[in-house]
Amino acid sequence: MALKDITIGQYFPGHSFVHQVDPRMKIIITFVYVVMLFMIDHPAGLLVGALFLVVAYGVSGIPYKMILKSLKPMVPIILFTGILNLFFIQGDTVFSLWILRISRQGISTAVFMAVRILLLIAGTSLLTYTSSPIALTDAIEQLFGPLKKLHFPVHELAMMMTIALRFIPTLIEETDKIMNAQKARGADMESGGLMQRAKALIPVLIPLFVSAFRRADELALAMECRCYRGGEGRTRMRQLHYSFRDGVALGVLICCMVGILLLNRLPAVL
Amino acid sequence: MAIIKTEHLTYTYSAGTPFEKVAINDINLEIEQGELVGVIGHTGSGKSTLIQHFNGLVKPTSGKIYIDGKDIWSEGVNIRDIRFQVGLVFQYPEYQLFEETVYKDIAFGPKNMGLSEEEIDHRVHQAAEFVGLPAELLEKSPFELSGGQKRRVAIAGVIAMEPKVLILDEPTAGLDPKGRDRILSQICNYHRETGRTVLIVSHSMEDVAKFAQKVLVMNQSKLFCYDDVEKVFSQSAQIAQMGLAIPQITRVFVELAKRGYPVSSSVYTVEQARQEILALLKKGNLPDDFLQKGGDALWR
Repeated sequence: MALKDITIGQYFPGHSFVHQVDPRMKIIITFVYVVMLFMIDHPAGLLVGALFLVVAYGVSGIPYKMILKSLKPMVPIILFTGILNLFFIQGDTVFSLWILRISRQGISTAVFMAVRILLLIAGTSLLTYTSSPIALTDAIEQLFGPLKKLHFPVHELAMMMTIALRFIPTLIEETDKIMNAQKARGADMESGGLMQRAKALIPVLIPLFVSAFRRADELALAMECRCYRGGEGRTRMRQLHYSFRDGVALGVLICCMVGILLLNRLPAVL
Repeated sequence: MAIIKTEHLTYTYSAGTPFEKVAINDINLEIEQGELVGVIGHTGSGKSTLIQHFNGLVKPTSGKIYIDGKDIWSEGVNIRDIRFQVGLVFQYPEYQLFEETVYKDIAFGPKNMGLSEEEIDHRVHQAAEFVGLPAELLEKSPFELSGGQKRRVAIAGVIAMEPKVLILDEPTAGLDPKGRDRILSQICNYHRETGRTVLIVSHSMEDVAKFAQKVLVMNQSKLFCYDDVEKVFSQSAQIAQMGLAIPQITRVFVELAKRGYPVSSSVYTVEQARQEILALLKKGNLPDDFLQKGGDALWR
């Protein structure tokens, strides 16, 4: 049942303040937040960044342990960058063993980088935890709207993303079903060498592709039956409107940013 | 000895997360060798999860399953062997076909069992015959066949493993009435000729009433009952309460009994209904508006 555990942008439905912020504003805030993380020079700035997230998670009602869940797959990358920074940054040596040298600057950069990546992932995860995939693609379509003037197929891309997101769970479920059906006929997918395992996937992949094409065909037909003709002149059932709430959210972020810039002027601790 | 036996079988989905859900709860069951069982239950009642336990596709959260007296999750049992003994045909099995020819697809299971070429050949032809596939179709691509034919190929693919127990999950879903009757009668033939145990999961009480000797009713993750058809349908009131449609003819007789006619309310086939009415006629106490009242009961 390992397939069931795969989640891509798992959305936690809710009605919190964070959930109700306009998805466009959430994307902008997330983007600014990421940029902000890289403007931080002073350790106290990182605290401000972390505090912002702790409050945001608190308000959204997403359990804090979900942060750990989203960080788990990134641990190797964080460790890797941390170790690289630790050993390869030159400066005042505090510890040396054979050719390995750890400098004061190395430690501080390594810690900074690790915390930054942690905050970055936790921050972007909050975006996907609190906005449904559909809301996100809507927001992306509108944010990229100006590119339409350059004949960039914004609507088509957004539609493709929506459809792809919509079918991920369906296809996962289908894969699970087909795998079970072939296992019931004695297919062995858990043992053997690489070649054998690759071969064992054929009975799963062929039916999966056949059904994916069938679904695509049916969906195209259904869309055509409902006179889908692309983005031109299309209106939406759910209109996005900026509200007071979005101003508050942006305001809080700007306060954090100003705070960080001010903190940067403080003398460094490390 | 019971071919399938379960003890306190319980399975919980996504245990330990907010999405936790008990799919089947404390199932104790004994199915005898050679029985033809209809498995009914509302959507989400746990019947699909239950049958996936019988061939070891799902490992129970707690409890035990014995196939032919052997605990399938005990040490030293190869779960693949269990799957060869308990053949499971999933819902819409035609979507699992993948080989170039029908023959190869039916041979997939027997091949996995490591049988000899002649044995495989023999089994493929025999299985094709059971499901009524003409020999000339065997060399065609499964993707060229009609929906009903594809389904029969998929069922043959499981029958060819000659399992001691054959389980079919909604084998008639999405078929027209003719195709439905055909598949059901082929399954009944298979049961009669081989004497092996067969379980059929179905939504349709009408179908279950037609073929099954015993009925297993699942309700809200629990085993409601497992008994002979007549006994199960004599509890038609409770079954109707679960949201399951009892056979039309049973509904008519329940309603008639309610209005004071001396008829049995556990009638579930037209043939039985005929006997009952004939008996009633012989006694000569059938009023003129009997048929109309029966009809009224049906439309209610």
